[in-house]
Amino acid sequence: MAKLEKPEELIKIDHTPPKKDWMDTPAEFKEGMYCWGAKGKDLKILDFPNARDWSPKEEDWKLPENWKDTILEAMADRLSKYRSFRLFMDICVRCGACADKCHFFIGGGDPKNMPVLRAELMRSVYRKYHTTGGKIFGKTAGARELTLDVLKEWWYYFYQCTECRRCSVFCPYGIDTAEITMMGREFMNLLGLNTGWISGPVANCYMKGNHLGLEPHAIMNSIEGMIDDIETITGIRVNPSFNRKGAEILFVTPSGDLFADPGTFTCMGYLMLFHELGIDYTWSTYASEGGNFGFFTSNETAKRLNSKIYAEAKRLGVKWIIGGECGHMWRVLSQYMDTWNGPADFLEVPKSPITGTVFDNAKSMKMVHVTEFTADLIKNGKLKLDPRRNDNLKVTYHDSCNTARGMGLLEEPRYIINNVCNHFYEMPDNTIREQTFCCGSGTGLNASENMELRMRGGLPRANAVKHVRDQHGVNMLANICAIDRATLSASMDYWVPGVKVTGVHELVANALIMKGEKERETDLRGEPLPGKEGKE
Amino acid sequence: MKTLFPFFAVIVLVLLVFAGVNMAGMQFLFGVVIPYAALAVFLFGVLYRVVKWGSSPVPFHIPTTCGQQKSLPWIKQNKIENPSGSLGVIVRMALEVLVFRSLFRNLKTELKDGKVVYGLEKWLWMAGLAFHWSFLIILVRHLRFFAENVPPVIKLIESLDSFLQVGVPLFYITDAVILLAVTYLFFRRVYIPQIKYISLASDYFPLFLILGIAISGVLMRYFFKVHIVGVKQLAMGLVSLKPSIPEGIGVLFYIHLFLISVLFAYFPFSKLMHLGGVFLSPTRNLANNSREVRHINPWNYPVHVHTYEEYENDFRDKMKKAGLPVEKE
Amino acid sequence: MYDSGKIIVGLIIFLALVTFPFYNNIGKVNAKPELKIDTPEIQKLPEQERKCVETKEFMRGGHMQLLNDWRDSVVRNGNRVYTNSAHKTFNMSLQNECMRCHSNKKDFCDKCHNYMAVVPYCWDCHIAPKEKKL
Repeated sequence: MAKLEKPEELIKIDHTPPKKDWMDTPAEFKEGMYCWGAKGKDLKILDFPNARDWSPKEEDWKLPENWKDTILEAMADRLSKYRSFRLFMDICVRCGACADKCHFFIGGGDPKNMPVLRAELMRSVYRKYHTTGGKIFGKTAGARELTLDVLKEWWYYFYQCTECRRCSVFCPYGIDTAEITMMGREFMNLLGLNTGWISGPVANCYMKGNHLGLEPHAIMNSIEGMIDDIETITGIRVNPSFNRKGAEILFVTPSGDLFADPGTFTCMGYLMLFHELGIDYTWSTYASEGGNFGFFTSNETAKRLNSKIYAEAKRLGVKWIIGGECGHMWRVLSQYMDTWNGPADFLEVPKSPITGTVFDNAKSMKMVHVTEFTADLIKNGKLKLDPRRNDNLKVTYHDSCNTARGMGLLEEPRYIINNVCNHFYEMPDNTIREQTFCCGSGTGLNASENMELRMRGGLPRANAVKHVRDQHGVNMLANICAIDRATLSASMDYWVPGVKVTGVHELVANALIMKGEKERETDLRGEPLPGKEGKE
Repeated sequence: MKTLFPFFAVIVLVLLVFAGVNMAGMQFLFGVVIPYAALAVFLFGVLYRVVKWGSSPVPFHIPTTCGQQKSLPWIKQNKIENPSGSLGVIVRMALEVLVFRSLFRNLKTELKDGKVVYGLEKWLWMAGLAFHWSFLIILVRHLRFFAENVPPVIKLIESLDSFLQVGVPLFYITDAVILLAVTYLFFRRVYIPQIKYISLASDYFPLFLILGIAISGVLMRYFFKVHIVGVKQLAMGLVSLKPSIPEGIGVLFYIHLFLISVLFAYFPFSKLMHLGGVFLSPTRNLANNSREVRHINPWNYPVHVHTYEEYENDFRDKMKKAGLPVEKE
Repeated sequence: MYDSGKIIVGLIIFLALVTFPFYNNIGKVNAKPELKIDTPEIQKLPEQERKCVETKEFMRGGHMQLLNDWRDSVVRNGNRVYTNSAHKTFNMSLQNECMRCHSNKKDFCDKCHNYMAVVPYCWDCHIAPKEKKL
C-alpha cells in the first residue's frame, strides 16, 4: 500500500492544469488514489458480466473481445432511457462554475476532477458517436474515439467521484455529475470493472441482507453486546425484537452501525430511544441494510438490493418503516425506492404512535427518517432530556451530501442537537446545508488502499471543522450517516486531530433520561460524564 | 488552435459575404435565401432537439434540493429552493432562467496558508446576466424592423435602452453592455487557466460570432451608415414572404445578417441549446415530493431478487438456533 | 415520466414567439416610404440650386449627425455659419434653413421616422412648422 504523506505535505496542492491538452493526457494510475479490482467470486454472485479476478494496476484488464460494442450499445440505450443523461451530455457550456466546487479537485488539484471535465470524459465519447459535429470534426469538436485508454481514464475518474452533487447546486442548468458518474459506473459494470470494496458488500448484501455480511445470529450477537453495554451504563435492559411479525414499525438502518465504533454508539442510541418510548417495532435480519452499495454499480443492482425493505415490511405485516441515520441510503429511499419497488400500498401512512403526528411528507413511500421522528417527539415534549450530560462536548454538525441535496433534511437534526447539547457551533455557511462537503469517501470509496484519495477529498470538510475547532474549541463532529461515522473519524485523525465523530442519536441517548435508570456515570462510550470525572 | 480556428472561421465568414456581395452581387443569396434557410434550420433543429430530449423519459425523481424540505409542520420549509408543489417549481425555474439563481451562488475556492478559503465571485454571474439580458433586449429592439406599425412596448424598450440621450443616433446602453460582457466572457476563457483547459473550439466560436454580430451592428448604427430604410424594406419583405432586395444597402448590413444567419443555423447543433435545455433539467424542474407522490418510471422492469424464502433456506438452522422466528420449520 | 404535455406547450410558445414577425405581417403590403421633395418652395428654386446642403447620400445617413453638430455649434459656440463641402455657406438653422425648403414635415421628416419607429427629439424644443397645403 502506498504510504500516505504527512498532512503538511499533502496540502501543498497545485490547482493549475498542465499545458498539454487533457485529451492527450492518458490517466496515470497513482497508488493511493484508487481501489483494488473486484473479485470474480463476488461478481458471480450477482451474475455480473465478465466475472473474474482483475487488477487495475495490470496492463491487461481481461476485457471481453467486444467490450467497445458493449459500452456503445449501453450508451445508446441509456441515452434513450434517461433524459438527465442525454440532456447533460448536450447542454453544458463549460462556464466552469463547478470547477472549484468538487472536494476532490480542491484537495487534489487534478484537473480531471473538475466536475465539468469529469463529465467531458464521457461527453467527448458521446459526441463522437452521437452528434453530427463530433462525427465530422472529431477532436476540434471535442470528440474522441472510445479506446482502452479512455476506458481506463473513465474507471480512474468515475471512481474518484462520490456523486455528492455539490456541483449541481452551482450549475446554472442543474447538470448533476452524479448522473454522469452513475452512467460511467453502469457501463463499466457491464465489463466487470467494479472495485472490490463495492462488489464485496454488494454480494454480501444480496445473499446475507447487509453489506458486512453479518449472518442472522451475528446481527443478534452484535446487538446483544450493545444491550449489555446499555445495561452497564443505565441499569436498564432493553429488549429489541427481530423478524417479528405483526409489529407496528420496521426499523432499518445501515449495517455499519452494527459493527464498528462510533456507529455502534448511534445504534445503542436507537435501542435506548425506542425502548424508552415503548414502541412496537422490530428489526429484520433479512432487510438488515439501509445503505445500498448496489447504487454504486448499476441501477438494476441497486433495485435488486433495495427490494428487500418493502418485501420484508410486507412479510412482517408492519404498518410503516423508520429508517436510521445514513446518507446515500436516504437518497435511494427518497428518490428511488418508491419508483423501483413501490407502490407500498400494503403499508399505512406513517403516524407516530407517541405523538399522533402523521408524516404526510412520506405518504406514498411510507418511510420516515429517524431524525424526523425524534424531532417530532422532542417538539411534543415526549422525551425527558438532560443536555448537560453532553456538556463535555462542543458539537458541530456535518450535513450528509445526500440528505442535504437529495432530500433537504437540514433542520430536523439541528433541532435535535440543539435540544440535547448545550454547545453547538455551525461550520462556515459555504460548507454546510446544501453547500455541504462530502466526507471524501462516499459511493463506496471508503476503502483503505485509496487513503490518499480519501484524505484529499476529505480536506474541505476537515478544513471547515478545523475552523470551528480553532474558533470555538469544537471537539465533536455530529452527522447522520454511517459512512461519515466510519470515514470522518479517519479524516479527522489525519487533518484535525482531537475531533471525534458521532451520530445524532448517540447524543440523544446520552441526554435521554430513561424511566428507572440508575445514576449514569459514563456516556455511551464509557467515558465519564461531565462532573463525574475522577470517580472511577 | 482551439481559439484560432473559430476566430478565423468567423473571419472567413465575413470575407465570404464581402466577396459575395461586393464582387459577385449575390445580395439575393445573402439577403433572402440564407436567412430563410437559417431560420428553417433553427426552427426545425430546435424542435428536433427538444423532441429528442423529450423522448427520453425522466425515470427517477432527482431534484437537487437546496433548502429545507417539507416535513414537520413547525419546521419552516424553503418553498423555492426545495419546492414541494408546482408553484414553488415555477418560482424556482423562473429565478433560474431570469436571474441565474444557481450561478449567483458561485464562490471562489482557494488554498491560502494551508487553509481552504471561499471568496466572493460574482463576475461570471454578472457578465452572464448582462450578456443574456442585453442580447434579449437587442433582439426585441430589432422587432422595429419587422413591423409596419411598431408595437408601443418595443418603442418603450427602445427608448429605455437609449434614455441616456447620448449622441445621434441615440446610443444604446445594451450595445456597450453586450460588447463588454462578451469580451469579458472571452478573456476569462483565455486567462483563467482552469477555464482555458476545459474550453473547446465550440466554446469560442459562438463568442466570436456574437462579437462579430455586435460589432457589425454597432459599426452600422454609429459609424458606417447603411441605407436603413432599405434594411427595413428587406426585413419587411422577408417577414411578409415577399422578399425583395432594395438598392444600395451597404455590405456591412449583409455581413451582420449573414453572421446572424450562421448563429441561428448553428444554434440547434451546439451548446447554445442550453436555452431550451434549462427548462428540461430534472434536477431543477421537479418538486421534491417523491416520498409523497410515487414517481413512475415507464421502463421499470422486474429484477431478479434474493427472496426471503431463499434467505431463510440459507440460514434456517442458524436462525432457529438464535431463536429467530422462521416461516418453515 | 415524459411530461409531453408541458414540453409541447413550451414548444408552441417558442414557435409562436419566433414566428411572430411572420404572422404579424403576412399578406400586408410592404410599402416603402416615398419622400416628397416637391414642395412649392423647392419648385420655386432654379434647377441648379435645388440641392441640399450636402449630397443626398450623405444626408440620408448623416442628417442627424449634421443637425446635432449644428446645434452644438450654434448653442455652445454661437457660430451660425456652415460651410459645406463645396465651400458654400448656409445659415445653421433647422427651422429657418432646412424647413425653409422642406416645408412638409409630415411627408418628409415623419415619413421615414415613423417607418423606422424613430422618435427624434428635435421638436421637443423647436416649433414644428405649420403644414402648408400643397
